[in-house]
Amino acid sequence: MNDKKLYLALFILALAAPAVLYPVFLMKVLCFALFACAFNLLLGFAGLLSFGHAAFLGTGGYVTGYLMINAGLTPELGILAGTLAAGLLGAVYGKLAVRREGIYFAMVTLALAQLAFFFYLQAPFTGGEDGLQGVPRGELFGFIDLSNNLAMYYFVLAIFVFGFWLIRRTVHSPFGQVLKAIRENEPRAISLGYNVNDYKWLAFVISSALAGLAGSTKTLVFQLASLNDVHWHLSGEVVLMTLVGGMGTLLGPLVGAGAIVTIQNYLSGGELGNYIHIILGAIFVVCVLAFRSGIVGQFQKMLKQNF
Amino acid sequence: MSQDFILETRNLVKAFKGFTAVDDVNLKIERGAIHALIGPNGAGKTTVFNLLTKYLTPTDGSLLYNGRDITAMKPAAIARAGIVRSFQISAVFPHLSVLENVRVALQSREGNSFHFWKPVKVLDRLNDRAMELLADVGLADFASARTLDLPYGRKRALEIATTLALEPELMLLDEPTQGMGHEDVEVVADLIKRVSAGRTILMVEHNLQVVSRLADRITVLQRGAVLTEGDYATVSADPRVREAYLGVAADEPAAPQSRPASVEALAPEARA
Ligand SMILES: Nc1ncnc2c1ncn2[C@@H]1O[C@H](COP(=O)(O)OP(=O)(O)O)[C@@H](O)[C@H]1O
Ligand SMILES: [Mg+2]
Repeated sequence: MNDKKLYLALFILALAAPAVLYPVFLMKVLCFALFACAFNLLLGFAGLLSFGHAAFLGTGGYVTGYLMINAGLTPELGILAGTLAAGLLGAVYGKLAVRREGIYFAMVTLALAQLAFFFYLQAPFTGGEDGLQGVPRGELFGFIDLSNNLAMYYFVLAIFVFGFWLIRRTVHSPFGQVLKAIRENEPRAISLGYNVNDYKWLAFVISSALAGLAGSTKTLVFQLASLNDVHWHLSGEVVLMTLVGGMGTLLGPLVGAGAIVTIQNYLSGGELGNYIHIILGAIFVVCVLAFRSGIVGQFQKMLKQNF
Repeated sequence: MSQDFILETRNLVKAFKGFTAVDDVNLKIERGAIHALIGPNGAGKTTVFNLLTKYLTPTDGSLLYNGRDITAMKPAAIARAGIVRSFQISAVFPHLSVLENVRVALQSREGNSFHFWKPVKVLDRLNDRAMELLADVGLADFASARTLDLPYGRKRALEIATTLALEPELMLLDEPTQGMGHEDVEVVADLIKRVSAGRTILMVEHNLQVVSRLADRITVLQRGAVLTEGDYATVSADPRVREAYLGVAADEPAAPQSRPASVEALAPEARA
């Protein structure tokens, strides 16, 4: 299969990447890519626009950070706990959100995410404005020291590959088939006996757990969980990444996250740093108006036309 | 006549903001029959379908299916209980293949629709059954086509195959021949006749030739209320029905065979 060859090539590239690129940058890209892939499962494959996904990323981050600092967990358990917590929050939020459609769905997710933001702002164990700093990376399985950036990078890569694999599998599963049917024609899916809200809910839970996985991983990488991770800015950024890369394509969010993180890193060092939001906003507008299918979507179209 | 009714409505009412679209309708659908629901545009036929399948909640009245009150059931549950509908606007999954359209219907009777960790390949065991259903409606050659690319008539046929996949006891067809050319109408009418074996069909249909050929019993709806009911001869002889359809008291002969060319013109939607 052509797809598989492409994935293999990308994987080999990712294995070799730290030889040329700074591992922390690569890890940042992978964390945001996983976040965007998780978000895209909902937007691109279930047709649900969540405007509160930062709540899940942040929850993963805070829970992992807190447990790593205070309970001395090994990193794999810390990440597992963060992921589960985000999935649990997703289960509750999802239950409330999937009853609404379209813009109302987006508004409910935004409102619930703001609730989470204020919780993390006020709660005594989150460090308020400072966040949780100095989160130890710990030793993977008790013997691989993750303070080494290269070791950490390969761990993050493994997590990303797992998350990506799970999303791809979900999309190409019996469940994914129903999701597709719901997105294509919801009333018809109901008339075939599907309780569509239950399917949307499950997609929401998987998506939020994986967003939590991204957040937990990110907290280990940067040894920090902060309010930025639950801020609505981030919920917006993940929409941007997904649309720029190509929603509803498996690789789009990866490409989009790569592009946005690269632009942010490049700009924040230079004199244009103050204009980051304006520049990202402009990119967003251009994408929505001119390349509605995103970078990967556009690329796929070109391939189709030429072969 | 036996008194075995698969579906009954009791004093069914649906009001939209003061406007009563369905007004105190008592339907009795006999098991095994083809029952047609006819009436001019806006009479409330689609609304009745939406009530029967709970896409709309009745303002008043109740629904009995096999003697059981289903008024409080949810749409998906009603579908699983055996009442499966088609839609007035062709309802297919455009970006799924023709085979996948049927398969996703078959899948709803399997227990694996929440299995997100399994490869889609596990659905392949449904392919044979799906192909059988496609063959039944004359779509075997189109199995791998993208549904979007099918001509309209074939989409409607696919919709029927998809509906059949659920092996419904009661099939609700909302204008299955609407917008079709003469040949497609014949094909679909034949198809409905064929699949009616062993099940009950309630259909909304404007083409009176189709109605006369297929329907065992006809209910005429006008402004939300039942105008009259009976077999084709009875209903078509009723001057009120001809008035409702033509807007004037027409004195055309009622037998459909005697006016083949004007049958289409009787359909208000075709004239509109
Ligand atoms: N959701 C709705 N809200 C308000 N009015 C409606 C709604 N659905 C149908 N109606 C009205 O109810 C009447 C019956 O419509 P419908 O059942 O679609 O008629 P038919 O299928 O017989 O042509 C029409 O006047 C229509 O405008
Ligand atoms: Mg109608």
